[in-house]
Amino acid sequence: MTRTEFWQGNTACAEGALAAGCNFFGGYPITPSTEVAEHMALRLPKKNGVFIQMEDELASMAAIIGASWTGARAMTATSGPGFSLMMENIGFAAMTETPCVIVNVQRGGPSTGQPTMGAQGDMMQCRFGSHGDYSVIALCPASVQEMFELTAKAFNLADRYRVPVFLMADEIVGHMREKITVPDSVERVARRELIRGTLPFAAGDDLVPGFATFGKGYGVHVTGLTHDERGYPCTTNVKIHHNLVKRLVDKVENARRDVADFDIINPDAGDVFIAYGAPVRTVQQVLHDNPGRKIGFLRIRTVWPFPDFALGQFKNARRFLVPEMNFGQIAREIERHVRVPVVSIPKLGGDLHLPGELMAALEARL
Amino acid sequence: MVDKSLELFECGHRACGGCGAALAARLAMKGAGTNTIVVNSTGCMEVFSTPYPETAWKVPWIHSLFENASAVASGVEASLKKQRRGEKVVIMAGDGATFDIGMICISGAFERGHDFTYICYDNEAYMNTGIQRSGATPYDASTTTSPAGKCSFGNKRPKKDMPQIIAAHGAPYVATASIAYPADLMQKVERAVNTKGPCYVQVHAPCCTGWGFEGEQTLAIAKLAVETGLWINYEMVDGKVSKVKKVVKKPVEEYLKTQKRFRHLFKPARQDAEIAAIQAMADRNFEKYGIEIKLKKE
Repeated sequence: MTRTEFWQGNTACAEGALAAGCNFFGGYPITPSTEVAEHMALRLPKKNGVFIQMEDELASMAAIIGASWTGARAMTATSGPGFSLMMENIGFAAMTETPCVIVNVQRGGPSTGQPTMGAQGDMMQCRFGSHGDYSVIALCPASVQEMFELTAKAFNLADRYRVPVFLMADEIVGHMREKITVPDSVERVARRELIRGTLPFAAGDDLVPGFATFGKGYGVHVTGLTHDERGYPCTTNVKIHHNLVKRLVDKVENARRDVADFDIINPDAGDVFIAYGAPVRTVQQVLHDNPGRKIGFLRIRTVWPFPDFALGQFKNARRFLVPEMNFGQIAREIERHVRVPVVSIPKLGGDLHLPGELMAALEARL
Repeated sequence: MVDKSLELFECGHRACGGCGAALAARLAMKGAGTNTIVVNSTGCMEVFSTPYPETAWKVPWIHSLFENASAVASGVEASLKKQRRGEKVVIMAGDGATFDIGMICISGAFERGHDFTYICYDNEAYMNTGIQRSGATPYDASTTTSPAGKCSFGNKRPKKDMPQIIAAHGAPYVATASIAYPADLMQKVERAVNTKGPCYVQVHAPCCTGWGFEGEQTLAIAKLAVETGLWINYEMVDGKVSKVKKVVKKPVEEYLKTQKRFRHLFKPARQDAEIAAIQAMADRNFEKYGIEIKLKKE
C-alpha cells in the first residue's frame, strides 16, 4: 500500500530519513534547509528518536558521528556556510569510516551568498572539501519524490560502505511542493557488525570492515590519526598510511557500478545532455517539447562516485551538453572521461535554466 | 553625554512593525556615536537593515559570517590600534550568533582583551531562519525546533547566563539592558564604548513575529519582562554587580500570557506546575539581585 501526499521537498527528505530508520538528527538552522530540522523536531520525539539542536554546524556534524558509533542511523541537514563549517568533521567521518548522512540543500555562494536561491556550487566541495584524499557518495534529487527516495537510499549506502553520504539537493527541489507517492516501507540495508575475533579496521574483498558498535563489547579505538587494522595510531609508517587511504578511496570508487543510479535516454543520439538535480527538469522539458528530435540524455542521481562508464553508452555522441547551476563543476569531471567536446551551460542566480536556453545551446554550432 | 537626536541607524529598513531589535540598534547607535565601525553578524538585523539597494547604517559597516563577528572585530581593532586611530568598534549580533555559534570567537576575543563593545540584541531565538530555539530561549518557550505538544512543553532548558560567562573572562564592563528603558540602554552603550577593553551589553529585544504578539505591544512586553523578574537590568563593573533596576514585583503569568510562544501553558489546560517552575526562576532572580520594591501597606 502506498499513499499520496503533497509535500515540500524538505519535508519529503525528513520523511524519507524516518522511513529508512533515521533515529538521530543533530542540526542547526540555516536557510534553505531549516524545514528538514523543523520536521525532525516534530517527528523524532514521537518515534522515540533523538533530535538535538547543536550550537553550530561543527557540533552538528560531530554529534552525528558520535551517535553513529552507538549504532544510530544519524543525519544532519545544512546549506552553504554550514556545509563549509562541517568540512573538518566530514574528513574525520571519512577517516574513521563512520556511516552518516549529510543533507546539503544548496544555495548561492560563495559566503552568505543567496540564502533563499538555489545553486549547485558545492558539488566539488562535497567531493574534495576536507583535506587529504578520500572518497564519498553523493546523490542528487530532482523532485520531491526523489528527496524522499534518495534520502532513504543514502542511509543504506552509508551503512553498506561506511562512508559519509551526501544528499546534494538544492533550494529548488528543497522548497518545491509536488505530489509524492509515499511507500509503506522502504528497503533497509543493515550495517554489518564486526565479526568477533577480527580486527575493527581490517577489511575483506569489498574493503569495508565490520562495524564495532560502542557498547557491544568491543574495546574499539577510533581516531582521525592514521591507524592500523587494530585502530591504533600509526602516524609515521609510510606503508600503513598509503594502504589505509588507498582503501578509503578504493572502497567507494571500486563500488561505483553498484552504487550508480542513472537513466539513459536515446543512447544513439549525437547531442547528449547530462544533468543532475534541478536542471534535470529543464532537460526533461526540452525532450518533451521535441519528440521528433533525437536528443540524448544521461540523467544522473549518483554524482559521486562519478559513473564514468555510463558515458561510453552514448556511442555516437559528438558532444555532451551540461547544464548546471555552477560554472561547470561536473562538466569538467565529464571532460576527464570523454574525447568529444563538453559544453558547459552554467546558470547562476537561483533560476532554473529555461528550455529556450538549452535549445539555444543545442542549436549552437559545434 | 548621549546625543539623543543622533540617528546613525536610519528609518526605512525592513524590520517588522514593532521590531525590538531595530529599536535596540537605533538606541545603541545613539550611545555609540558617529565615530563608530560596526561589525554585524548574520541574522535578522543584518538582513532587514540592508535591503537591496539600501542600507540603514550611517557608519562603516561589515557583515561578517554567523560565528565570527568578534574575530573580525579583533582584526579591525588591532589594526586600528597599530595605526593609532580612535574609532570605536561595535559588534551587533543576535542571541544565536552570541550564545551558540559565536562562542569560540567571543571567548578568544574577550580573553585577548581587544577594545570593542559587543552588543547582543537578545530576541531569544533564531528569528531570521524562522524561530528556532537558541541558548537564549527561555524555559518552556515553543519554537519550531522546541515545539510544544504531546511530547514537550517547549524549550527544555533555561536561558544561558551569558553576561556571567563574559564577566568570567575579566571584561571590565558588562551590562544588561532593555528597549523598555531607552535612556538606560543608551547610557550603558555609551559607557561601554568609552571603557577600555572588551565590553558587553545584552539588550532584551522582544520579537513580535517570533514570540507571537501584536507589534504595538513590544515595549509593554519588554517592560513586563523586567517587572516580573524574568529579565534583570544591571551593570557589572570588573565583575561586580551594580546599578540593578528595582521593580514592584508582578507574577510571571502577566508576562507569559501576552505571548503565543507560552500559549500552551494556559490552553487547552492550565499547566500549574510549569508556570510555578517559571515563577520560581523569577523568584530566584528577585532574591539573587535584591530587586524587589516593597510597597507599604495602607
